[in-house]
Amino acid sequence: MDEWGLGLNMDAFLVRALLAGCAVAIVAGPLGAFVVWRRMAYFGGALSHTALLGVALGFLVGVEPIAGVSFVVVSVALILGGLQRVRGLSLDTLLGVVAHAALALGLIVASTLEGVRIDLMGYLFGDILAVGWADVAWIWFSIVVILGALGFLWRDLLSATVHADLAQVEGVNVRRTDVVFMLLLACVVALAMQVVGILLVTSMLIIPASAVRSLSRTPEAMAALAAGTGVISVCAGLWASYLFDIPAGPGIVAAASLLFVGGMLVKTRS
Amino acid sequence: MNSLKPLIEVKDVDVSYRGHRVLSGANVVVRRGEIVTLIGPNGAGKTTLVRVMLGLLRPTVGTVTRQPGLSIGYMPQRLSIDPALPITVKRFLQLGSPQGLHKDRCAEVLEEVGAGHVIAQPMQGISGGEMQRVLLARALLREPDLLVLDEPVQGVDLTGQAELYRLIEGIREHRNVGVVMVSHDLHVVMAQTDHVICLNQHVCCAGHPSAVSVHPEFVALFGTDVASTLAVYAHKHDHEHTLDGHVHAPEDGHVHGEDCHHG
Repeated sequence: MDEWGLGLNMDAFLVRALLAGCAVAIVAGPLGAFVVWRRMAYFGGALSHTALLGVALGFLVGVEPIAGVSFVVVSVALILGGLQRVRGLSLDTLLGVVAHAALALGLIVASTLEGVRIDLMGYLFGDILAVGWADVAWIWFSIVVILGALGFLWRDLLSATVHADLAQVEGVNVRRTDVVFMLLLACVVALAMQVVGILLVTSMLIIPASAVRSLSRTPEAMAALAAGTGVISVCAGLWASYLFDIPAGPGIVAAASLLFVGGMLVKTRS
Repeated sequence: MNSLKPLIEVKDVDVSYRGHRVLSGANVVVRRGEIVTLIGPNGAGKTTLVRVMLGLLRPTVGTVTRQPGLSIGYMPQRLSIDPALPITVKRFLQLGSPQGLHKDRCAEVLEEVGAGHVIAQPMQGISGGEMQRVLLARALLREPDLLVLDEPVQGVDLTGQAELYRLIEGIREHRNVGVVMVSHDLHVVMAQTDHVICLNQHVCCAGHPSAVSVHPEFVALFGTDVASTLAVYAHKHDHEHTLDGHVHAPEDGHVHGEDCHHG
């Protein structure tokens, strides 16, 4: 251990960042595919914007920020899931209102906290290089649970995505499936926030999935390729961050975007 | 074979959304081997009634009785799968099949509806007519006792429509299923249906096509041109509609014919 412990120690923060980032990418790929298929990109964005409120409330109450984030994001997911429509407003508009109201409220609560200085940049754009071993362990544990649930739910979720009424008539409990999906999505948003930050969470969900659309012939292939693309983006982004001293979160998203452009080029050629 | 007992019976059903009544006093009975067609203008409550029969919508008033263990094959009005979802026809069919179903069944049933050639194609790449056949195949894969078809010929050209109706007719014959169908195509409805229910937020008239086609309410809804080409014999008038579709009863009261109700 000792003879290569030095090397490990030097880059331990990078190893932890890689482990955490890849874990999030692996689960964001398949869930992101559903977000794309169900046209819920804005839903994911709204959820992530509420996360800052969770961080601030976490500090206010005196619990871990991630606990505050999980609580707020999951609650908002359940409320939004229940609200199909408010009189005269589309869900799209409603999501926009919720997202920015929550972000503003989060910033206000954060500014009033006494004796605590919240690293706003870290929360808004991610602070993956700061994750500790406990965070890595927690993220991997969550990922395994979420992937397990998603695997269990897969067939019903896919069926409901194709046609909700048809699935319901054929015996799928569509309501329950939708709620569980939104809960899983909320958990992934809370986890991805640590990697790329609140403002870039949606990109981890939708960019890898849409990048591989043209290469996929089955839903499962698209989900798996999205996970792979996410992992490559995390590795490339961290590598660029290390090499050129750029922020890691935006580096990861930029790498994913490059892969997306590559995917589009493949599509236009075939 | 229990042919007399109804597969499904909708009795005195009202449906309201936010206090606004969209369907009232609807009665439908479907028996094995029978084609029942729902006709009526847009907003008449056809799809609402279908959703009640499928159990997707709980009626505000009234009851729906299904034969115990009834298996329903449902063909929705429209299927719009996001272009970003890569899914072949075969996979789409498997998604709706009972688990553990033999793999070749999908191909067999697709062949039965005359769309065997699209099995490997992406769902977003098939024509309107092929799509309707694929949807029909998915409904049939469940070995249904009752087929519920919401506008089964939508988006299909005229020759294709006739073929589809013949196909449905054949399925009714071979499989001895009950069929409930929403349709706009009055000529075909009249030729192939055993029982027509004409809806305009309530059941305007119901019965054998030849009787319904000359019913005054039917004539009022679809116009004299349509009615006269379909007319077979005269039928007694019992109530009228105002222009907005409300029932206007003659002041001295009126008498209903058999199977004729309104709210």
